[in-house]
Amino acid sequence: MESTHQPADAGGSRSVSDQCSELVLYVNGKPHTLTLDHRATVLDVLREDLGLTGAKKGCDHGQCGACTVLVDGRRANSCLLLAVAQDGRRITTVEGLAEGERLHPLQEAFLERDALQCGYCTPGQICSAVGVLAEAADGFPSHVTPPGTGSGAPVELTDDEIRERMSGNLCRCGAYPRIVEAVGDVSARAGAASWTSGGPAGQGVAS
Amino acid sequence: MSPDPFPLGPHPHPLGAPLVRREGREKVTGTARYAAEHTPPGCAYGWPVPATVARGRITAVETDEALALPGVCAVLTHENAPRLAATDDPTLSVLQEDRVPHRGWYVALAVADSLEAARAAAEAVRVTYETGEHDVGLSADHPRLYEPETANGGYPGTRERGDFEGAFAAAPVTVDATYTVPPLHNHPMEPHASTARWTDGHLTVHDSSQGSTRVCEDLAALFKLDKDEVTVVSEHVGGGFGSKGTPRPQAVLAAMAARHIGRPVKVSLPRREMPAVVGHRAPTVQRVRLGARDDGVITALSHEIATHTSTVKEFVEQAAVPARIMYTSPNSRTVHRVVPLDVPSPSWMRAPGEAPGMYALESAVDELAVLLDIDPVELRMRNEPDTEPDSDRPFSSRHLVDCLREGAERFGWLPRDPRPAVRRQGDLLLGTGVAAATYPVLIVGSDAEAHADADGSYRIRVNATDIGTGARTVLVQIAAAALNVPEDRIRIEIGSSDLPPAFLAGGSAGTGSWGWVVHKACTQLVARLREHHGPLPAEGLTVAADTRKETAEQSPYSRHSFGATFAEVQVDTATGEVRVRRMLGVYAAGRILNSRTARSQFIGGMTMGLGMALMEGSGLDPAFGDFAECDLASYHVPACADVPLIEAYWLDEEDPHLNPMGSKGIGEIGIVGTAAAIGNAVRHATGVRLRDLPLTPDKVLRHL
Amino acid sequence: MKPFGYVRAASIGEAVRAAAGQPEARFLGGGTNLVDLMKLGVETPQLLIDVTRLPLDRIEELPDGGLRIGAMVRNSELAAAAPVRDRYPVLSQALLAGASGQLRNTATTGGNLLQRTRCLYFQDTSKPCNKREPGTGCPARDGAHRDLAVLGHSEHCVATQPSDMAVALAALDATVHLHGPDGERTVAAAEFHRLPGDKPEQDSVIGAGELVTSVQLPPASPGMRSRYRKARDRASFAFALVSVGAVLEVRDGVVRHAALAFGGLAHRPWRARAAEKVLYGAPATEDTFARAADAELAAARPLRDNGFKVPLARNLAVGVLADLADRAARS
Repeated sequence: MESTHQPADAGGSRSVSDQCSELVLYVNGKPHTLTLDHRATVLDVLREDLGLTGAKKGCDHGQCGACTVLVDGRRANSCLLLAVAQDGRRITTVEGLAEGERLHPLQEAFLERDALQCGYCTPGQICSAVGVLAEAADGFPSHVTPPGTGSGAPVELTDDEIRERMSGNLCRCGAYPRIVEAVGDVSARAGAASWTSGGPAGQGVAS
Repeated sequence: MSPDPFPLGPHPHPLGAPLVRREGREKVTGTARYAAEHTPPGCAYGWPVPATVARGRITAVETDEALALPGVCAVLTHENAPRLAATDDPTLSVLQEDRVPHRGWYVALAVADSLEAARAAAEAVRVTYETGEHDVGLSADHPRLYEPETANGGYPGTRERGDFEGAFAAAPVTVDATYTVPPLHNHPMEPHASTARWTDGHLTVHDSSQGSTRVCEDLAALFKLDKDEVTVVSEHVGGGFGSKGTPRPQAVLAAMAARHIGRPVKVSLPRREMPAVVGHRAPTVQRVRLGARDDGVITALSHEIATHTSTVKEFVEQAAVPARIMYTSPNSRTVHRVVPLDVPSPSWMRAPGEAPGMYALESAVDELAVLLDIDPVELRMRNEPDTEPDSDRPFSSRHLVDCLREGAERFGWLPRDPRPAVRRQGDLLLGTGVAAATYPVLIVGSDAEAHADADGSYRIRVNATDIGTGARTVLVQIAAAALNVPEDRIRIEIGSSDLPPAFLAGGSAGTGSWGWVVHKACTQLVARLREHHGPLPAEGLTVAADTRKETAEQSPYSRHSFGATFAEVQVDTATGEVRVRRMLGVYAAGRILNSRTARSQFIGGMTMGLGMALMEGSGLDPAFGDFAECDLASYHVPACADVPLIEAYWLDEEDPHLNPMGSKGIGEIGIVGTAAAIGNAVRHATGVRLRDLPLTPDKVLRHL
Repeated sequence: MKPFGYVRAASIGEAVRAAAGQPEARFLGGGTNLVDLMKLGVETPQLLIDVTRLPLDRIEELPDGGLRIGAMVRNSELAAAAPVRDRYPVLSQALLAGASGQLRNTATTGGNLLQRTRCLYFQDTSKPCNKREPGTGCPARDGAHRDLAVLGHSEHCVATQPSDMAVALAALDATVHLHGPDGERTVAAAEFHRLPGDKPEQDSVIGAGELVTSVQLPPASPGMRSRYRKARDRASFAFALVSVGAVLEVRDGVVRHAALAFGGLAHRPWRARAAEKVLYGAPATEDTFARAADAELAAARPLRDNGFKVPLARNLAVGVLADLADRAARS
């Protein structure tokens, strides 16, 4: 994922016309200064303007997860993000996960477990899984997290947790059991946390 | 059957070895490019305009407002679109006439410099219609139902043997039940998309298709070109499940628009519009009648289905066909009836015929088992035929009983208390169910080339398509076995109509059809190499083969895969929510050529069957004539949380009457039987027999 | 989607000023519903005022023991926040029962409240809809309405509010804080959404140019227990058929405080006041809970295909209340 490079204060977009603005997106660590139609989504900018077609368009309405990317380390549906509103943000796509020839552990695990068939949902699944690992490490609960689990403590990624957390990524080929195994493999391995990012949940509470 | 993770044997890997997908790395790194991910210089974007009436004629298309928007290149309508030649498939005759045969039929295409402009232009096109009364309602007593000559697949519409009525009337035990399956949508994750460009009269299309040979042929015919003037590339395809089996309108629209504006054009169908234009599984109303002796042997079997087609073309879901081969019965009647309605054209969806037909048949068999108080596994064994009941041909291989036996063992089927509604955990009722599965073997003649390079490497060329099956990988395994060389010395080219033509990835026929011709080409290449003395010429040696002759011969055998699916469900008595706890399938499908990718296909089919059982279904809106549930928020496909432990196993089945690999197809059988197994488990859990899919809380709760 | 202008507000005042007198302006939060609706042509703003970078992204303890939730706090952050999980579990559970992980990371507290119905006709601009285009009719009444309202609907509209979060907020007696051209005001969460009546185009009481700035939760008493439960067509990532958010305080076997709200039944989160009347002071038994649910649901007027929602709501309510009472008894 991206280096520690932290963009300067976000929010410098500049109106070029009533309908276009100039803005900067940091995609896989690289700044892109773009003049964009306000209607353009992050997904369409990645795919049509930047040639990064890893993020997929499955539904264009946030209903399938194929477009999942990481925005400032958290997963999001890029089809619903207007690019202009993401000015200054760090966006990580599936193309930004491997380090050179060395695949991200989740990419390795998806291959090893055959957690894909047609491959169209796969980049979104993998980006989502990167987000899931970070969210669990940061103590984000899910619908199936037992109520007694301590707030803020890392959540153990059981199969049920993985299934629930990965449910925003539809796979019509039916690779789910293998996807759960692949995410479980990486989650179980020590050092998975080194791939995650993002601040702990519950921050921002002031009394 | 190898345990996980998959160990690899020594080179060359024998058939069946769990090789990792050849294109897997591209897919996990996002570099595999799908049809809409080719953007030639100057590429414009097409955005279709669907009809908003269910039946009528276009009286006017107002395009001025759209054309005045910035970045808009053109709006194609039936008035200005290039004229197409007639075609066998009228769903491809887009923008040719003013008739609107169903809501969602494309009436225009806006073309612009950007996706945003194209979408805005499409929204700005104003179409006015003269409308007529429409009818989208299927019922088993629809006055316009007729018996078609043939159903999909070329099967006779009606078959009768013996005296069904007499035997049914005389039977001591009878089941007479009607099951309904709603319209279902393929919804592959990749929407149908095409990028088309014309270069000096040559048309090149990147198309999301299950078979670019057919797309090439159809586009050539439509645009009055020679086949060698058209190239269709389907390198990576994001699923199809039948809906990309033949060309779909986006390929024609993109090619038309590219010709019209003289620039490349990309058309990717909006998800919401897909149900209306890419085909769907037609709804079926299925009446099954079984008459049996007290020992459970079926003496009378009738399966009658009513379904719909569009007014554009006749497509008949062959749901009564599996009843012709499944169980022994001297008296049998299987009938299809179809009514053309003002609905979108139905087409193939994973296991057309078998998926809905076996839902009904296998539910009825379960009803019979309950009536007779015979274990449903045992009941099926008592009705195992010696030959195919319909034709009396011998089976090339049939191991249904072994699948049932092994499945029962692995699942822990016995001991099973047959009493319903007695396994309670809090609000939950638990139950188990079983169903059989079958799918025919289809093999179609294809072409391939095998090439030996002077450097000792090999190259296979065949226009196979990988829609997620792992075709590249398994074809290389077949080649490696035939050539007796390590698979890493073999390159393979698939997914382009410029390659030797081959059958599409459909009907579970791909691997058998392509593998046979690859095997043949490689075998001939080995012979040529044996005859060759000295070093190979610089250009290497190439052998071309085709299997038209072999595959044209009618097999004297009835050839089918078989399987058994077991499911355990929980039914929440407070909410009516049904969830699958675990599912297990055992299949007899000839030789399995790659255990890793095969397992994924079986599980994938079972997962789609889970969706069919519990959540998938859309309705035709009587007032508007379209599918009400047209997007992925309203048409629910299974999510990860719906899919618990699913296991797939297979028998080591040897069948010498298939092809050189001894393989049957495996892409579809996983969905067959799954819905029935789940429905039967719901009955076991609750005591309630529900016969109307899907089993959503609104239908379940009222019975609890 | 029509072209639109975009401005990024640097302050609440600037945001409100930018919207003043501009009926075609919309505030942009996470955009997960607004952008969706713009793509469908349902929303056609001429100006988007991006409020995501306003300093409204904090969860703060209030001196009275309550909690102030900034309108731009993301759903996933809110669900994970320790005070919410510990003191208002119904809210955390409701958020986590909604949408997907990705959507929760993007969607905001304010935007979640303002999300619009998923009625299939509302989302299809080729069809009539009184909510989208007043006066055109309501095809859902005789059409596909399995998911729609059984309570409080009108001849003009049978839509349901889809938010899970709003159901929890209604049960928690939360307040919604608004800042508009005429200054600030506060509305009870249970009164924030409205019934359709003859103005189904108005989902809520929010006025033109008003911005949701925060949601505030009253203090949670130590004996208060709360829970959210949702029934749906698939195990995850689906809107509620029916949901229930419940807050219960039981002492000595008697209900001392009860707040019950339903989702999926009406044009707004349905605060079950009639049920609560039955509950207050009554023994915390299943019989009481069933009587309470029946008292509320007696007003239900199901449509052709959604009658199942009435027993479903009853079962969910009884089950959740019984569970809360059981936990109170065991503690």
